Amino acid sequence: MGVPPSLPSPSVLAAGEPVPWWRDRRVIPWLVQGAVGLVVLVVVAFLLANLVRNLTAAGLLLSWGWLGQPAGFDIAETILPFHASDPYWRGLLAGLVNTVRVVVVGLIGSTLLGTLLGMASFSGNALLRGLTRTYVEVVRNIPLLLQLVFWYFVVFLSLPNGTAALQFPGVVLAKSGLYIAGFGEGLRWLGPHLVDGVWQAPLRWSVECAALLTGLIAYSSAFIAEVVRGGIAAVPRGQWEACSSLGLTWLQTLRRVVLPQALRVIVPGLNTQYISLAKNSSLAVAVGFTDLYSVAETTLNQTGRAVEVVLLLLGAYLALDLFISLLMNGLNRLVQIRER
Amino acid sequence: MKPLLRRLRHDLFATPADGLITLVLLGMIGAGGWAFLHWAFRQARWAVIQANSTLFAVGRYPIEQQWRLWLLTTLLAAATGLIWGLLRSHPRPDRGGQLWPRNDRLAVAVLLALSLVVPGALGFAPALVGRWLAIGLLLVLMRWLAGRFGPALPPALKRWLPVGLPILYLLGMVLIGGGFGLVAVSSSEWGGLVLTLLEATFAILLCFPLGVLLALGRRSDLPLLRWGSVLYIEFIRGAPLITLLFLGQNMIGFLLPGGLAPERVWRAAWVLTLFAAAYLAEAVRSGLSAVPRGQLEAARSLGMSTIQAFITVVMPQALRVALPSMVGQFISLLQDTTLLSLIGLMELLGTARTVMANPAFLGRNAEVYFTLAVLFWCCCAALGLGSRALERRLDPASLARSG
Repeated sequence: MGVPPSLPSPSVLAAGEPVPWWRDRRVIPWLVQGAVGLVVLVVVAFLLANLVRNLTAAGLLLSWGWLGQPAGFDIAETILPFHASDPYWRGLLAGLVNTVRVVVVGLIGSTLLGTLLGMASFSGNALLRGLTRTYVEVVRNIPLLLQLVFWYFVVFLSLPNGTAALQFPGVVLAKSGLYIAGFGEGLRWLGPHLVDGVWQAPLRWSVECAALLTGLIAYSSAFIAEVVRGGIAAVPRGQWEACSSLGLTWLQTLRRVVLPQALRVIVPGLNTQYISLAKNSSLAVAVGFTDLYSVAETTLNQTGRAVEVVLLLLGAYLALDLFISLLMNGLNRLVQIRER
Repeated sequence: MKPLLRRLRHDLFATPADGLITLVLLGMIGAGGWAFLHWAFRQARWAVIQANSTLFAVGRYPIEQQWRLWLLTTLLAAATGLIWGLLRSHPRPDRGGQLWPRNDRLAVAVLLALSLVVPGALGFAPALVGRWLAIGLLLVLMRWLAGRFGPALPPALKRWLPVGLPILYLLGMVLIGGGFGLVAVSSSEWGGLVLTLLEATFAILLCFPLGVLLALGRRSDLPLLRWGSVLYIEFIRGAPLITLLFLGQNMIGFLLPGGLAPERVWRAAWVLTLFAAAYLAEAVRSGLSAVPRGQLEAARSLGMSTIQAFITVVMPQALRVALPSMVGQFISLLQDTTLLSLIGLMELLGTARTVMANPAFLGRNAEVYFTLAVLFWCCCAALGLGSRALERRLDPASLARSG
């Protein structure tokens, strides 16, 4: 087999002949980078020039003074107290706090459910394994947004109110919201109770928030289950067999031997899933929960400050992602240290 | 019978706890299944789907122009049959030269059953049922013709056939949008499944080259290229898609000189493309890092240029490794098209919203969402299945076996 004829024959320089500069290995990288850099620079400059010209024409040149003006809209459900007369920045902050709340609860919930599902896919019970597999395959192949609107419009909005509401110990789920037991006035433990046919409890989440959390947890847990399953599968089979010959039960084996080793594989995968969950929480707008994105959309519609609002939004989500990554990297270091 | 019983016992009733779990799960499945069947056959009013099937399929596309979409569907069916048949006619020892393997017979049966049952279930007029059946039959006929006479085709023709695919795609664009003598149909009138598929295929086709370039950039030795790619990829991956779509809808008008800004549908398509490219780049990058450096060096020492070595030696291996995660990205891209409904486009979910806002169909959310879920599930599961089949086909071990 000879050299294919289509290959260009490398031209040979005679000894002593200087290498022309366009074929000099020290020059070529700079030429390529210079060309790419120039193209990018020209495109960015063109876009920025248009931006400045168009914004000037519209009288919307970059300024942050509007953040101090009264917002004029209300937010249904906040941890941070907020009224329509408060400035825009407080509204955006209240939205951010709402986003963080959903993300934190969602992370905890989906981690618990996902870990359980991931463990169940190694159960000796074939029915349990099959059901777990079905759940993961169904949830992962249906768009999250579709699942969210399903939970909200079909499930949560058809819940009954009053005495017909779904009652669990310490928790009541009604069309008017999710009521959770907690410490009431004077640090007295208080469960959900009816006052004139309306549920009352120390902690009330709106039905929008509950639907969003349910959808997010159901969706993320399927992905987390896959991560956990991959991690457990990465632990050599001999570990299981050794434990079973020591007389450990299935649960003991998982908890004491397999999971600690699997965590090394699981934690980096979890990081990705957590960041997706944080980003996916922005779909709250579809179920009417007022998170950061939803406040930003209203703000943009009222003020027309497209550039500033988009910058704030992107910055906030980037910061949230970075924060989760930092935490998970710390956790990763903690898990990896156990290795000798 | 004995082994089956023993297996059942081993799988489901190995210990008392296992038996309890099995019984509880069986009870739950029974109750859930019964509730679902009761809903599907007693409570659900499927008229909302039957009455709006055209809306879900094509949106508000003008009725007198819909023949163009029928033509496109027919062409796509013919092309699918042709490709399918040619793939099968390619001699493969492991299949013993069988023209109709078992899976293919099954696929044909499912296909014909679907093209007969679905239009019937949707309550179409007999003429429409016949049209769908004809399209299904055309697909099978093309499959047979290509399988039967494919080997006799001149090799030069077969080599040039793939060029037909981009041409078919562009033809589809022309058929949908108009031009070249066809009446223009404004993009604001596109909708339903057609818009969903258009946005998804557009983004999938264009994000692929962009993603490969970004992945190469990220692995480049040149600091400017590397840091530029890293910055772009991490910026896009750090932002939720909805904020990027929002940015696209609200800021592209400011970034481009007046009149140059694309229409809303195309703005969204470009944002989807640029978004997916960043994720695809990461998939391709992991594939690239799985190819040993020696491959590039060996190719270079054979006298290939770096670009040639990448195209003929490195990329084919990298893409094979990256295939599962790339298809995973395509699946999530297809799912992400639902987000377009949040910025006011009439794709499947957006169409569903307008249907449910119609007073005649108020409160029929469950039926509509269920139908969409089944539709998306089938598309995504099919993509996943296809990816796994392709993976097996491209596996070096199986290639070596089949020669």
